[in-house]
Amino acid sequence: MNPALYEASQNLSHGASMLISNYVFPNDLHVHWSMMIVLYPYITGLVDGAFIIAALYYLFDVKSLKPIARFSLLFAFAFLCCATLPLLLHLGRPERNFNMLLTPSPSSAMAGFGYIYAVSMGVLSFIVLFVYRPDLVERGKKAKGFMKLIYRALTFDSNDLSEKALALDGKIIRFLVGLGIPVAAVLHGYVGFIFGGVKANPTWSTPLMPVIFLFSACVSGISAIIIAYIIIRKMGGYSVDSDCIRTCIKTLTGFFILAFSFEMLEVFSHSYLKTGYHHMVEGLLNGPLASSFWLWQVKICSVVPLILLGCMAFITLKDSIYTFIAGIVSCILLLQVFIMRWNVVIGGQLMSKSARGYTVFHPEWFDKEGIVAVIIIMLIPFMILFVLGKIFPFWAEERKGGIQ
Amino acid sequence: MKIDKRDFIKKVLSGAISGSLFLVFPLDTTGIEFQNGISPSDANVKLPEEIPEIRARQYDIHKQNFAFIVDITRCIGCGSCCVADKREYNVPDGNYRTWVERYIKDFDDQVYVDCPNGGLDGYQKPRTDIPLNARDTFFVPKLCNMCREAPCVQVCPVGATFTSPDGFILMDSDRCVGCAYCIQACPYSARFLNPITKTAEKCTWCYHRVRKGLLPACVEVCPTGARKFGSLNDENSEVYKILKGPGVLTVLKQSMGTLPTLYYMGQRLEVV
Repeated sequence: MNPALYEASQNLSHGASMLISNYVFPNDLHVHWSMMIVLYPYITGLVDGAFIIAALYYLFDVKSLKPIARFSLLFAFAFLCCATLPLLLHLGRPERNFNMLLTPSPSSAMAGFGYIYAVSMGVLSFIVLFVYRPDLVERGKKAKGFMKLIYRALTFDSNDLSEKALALDGKIIRFLVGLGIPVAAVLHGYVGFIFGGVKANPTWSTPLMPVIFLFSACVSGISAIIIAYIIIRKMGGYSVDSDCIRTCIKTLTGFFILAFSFEMLEVFSHSYLKTGYHHMVEGLLNGPLASSFWLWQVKICSVVPLILLGCMAFITLKDSIYTFIAGIVSCILLLQVFIMRWNVVIGGQLMSKSARGYTVFHPEWFDKEGIVAVIIIMLIPFMILFVLGKIFPFWAEERKGGIQ
Repeated sequence: MKIDKRDFIKKVLSGAISGSLFLVFPLDTTGIEFQNGISPSDANVKLPEEIPEIRARQYDIHKQNFAFIVDITRCIGCGSCCVADKREYNVPDGNYRTWVERYIKDFDDQVYVDCPNGGLDGYQKPRTDIPLNARDTFFVPKLCNMCREAPCVQVCPVGATFTSPDGFILMDSDRCVGCAYCIQACPYSARFLNPITKTAEKCTWCYHRVRKGLLPACVEVCPTGARKFGSLNDENSEVYKILKGPGVLTVLKQSMGTLPTLYYMGQRLEVV
């Protein structure tokens, strides 16, 4: 038995006799849901958060978000295109993935994924096409042959760019974004429910799980948009709209306070209620996850950003300094959400259902679900974004007229 | 006998070729009486029936009611059940459809549990890595609990895991996508992902044997009767008598609400 773990188990007033042997059920030694299942909620979370930014502008008329509204849509679209990749890599028999759509079991939470994903993808695609219809019409006019046909399809066979037509587009976009909010919430809240619905695992089995996932999704998505906006603008030699950054940070602060509060509430509930397996959860957080949870997720990646966000809220800072700190905070929060996903998905599985011990997880580099695969999957959305950027201009000032 | 190298190789080759033909054309064994009256091609009929009333009448899948009882006080930790199971299903190393745990409790109420190699090798030697002041020691065989409210069935996204009308939780490995959700959902960790087929697998209480009137492999080999299986429709069966009797029976993780049909006799508080 690991000496540190032994000591940790000895320090527990309750359950010491449970943990003493560090007994793991023979089938629990292997962690079945590894890095790809960490990545899957992370990617859908980025999509959700980015979509929230777009929704704030298109539906709730938060004008200051105008510079990044369209970019957020494309960002969400690029990541949504890759949301299924980690799942396919994770499946033991990926060639049978369509069974989930063809013969879904209505009692299973997981069976809904294909449908929820398809609806999200459909709604987001339509929003992008309507927002960019004027650009596509212009391109369609210049295109020839087969490409012209494609542009006709993408513009719904309408090259009418009159004010009346654009006003109608605006209404359609508002409707679709309004529809997209519950769809995005379901997409990610549902991912949380996949974990929250596993009663066999005491760290997962909480109704708070979808809520935590949803708020942390908003945190990660907004952080990613802030970083991407700052970096792409700086690299292109454009200025950064500080009013936009300030609005983003305020939104981020709100969502992060909610996300962090619920994360802590879950831990507090376990330790206060002292339900069935609380000694196991306590042992997990103070043993195998002591560093990744308390040190990294809570202290470094939550308390530090909270202090920084507090400074940004209460101290008047110069725009350049504000933008710089915004970038730093966003980076830390992106890491926070990733570590949180790690601690939930992999951390939860370290705990054996024997309630007597913990297994270990060693990530591999060159594996179907290894570190290299994770890096590649995270690069693909940026490649898609790069290609999309060639067709759909990211920034409002690059285009005149149409729906901004 | 003198034989030169060439002849030797010729004989070996012709022997190997003609021998391999038996792999393609199975030996006709009808009419040949083997020892114990068992003929390989007609094993179903000749093997003595172990679960009464299965062969005699048509198997009405909707009217069956089976139970599995593990008597902890009888288990000696020999590991025969684990070996039988591994051989029956060719279970890959490191994965277990069934396993036997060893519990040691000392006078300070500390409980030490271990299960090296799933108990396959039997517990032949006492533990030496703990300060032994044993107050009590016992073995606990584990297998699929065949829950009436099976979480694995509920979560399977493609319906590859299902409850058969006769109460068995079975796996259709041709449908399984290998998502491992059922493995996460099983509170007893009775499932694993087969590293060869990449699909989920678990104990079936030897459904293929039961349908032929035979006991599950682990029950058949248990030398002490610690594992008991039978039909509750048969009033003479041991499981019927136990379940009808006054003895205390428990199930594992009752609070999970899974309603197992695997019962334990002589269950201790320490067992999870």
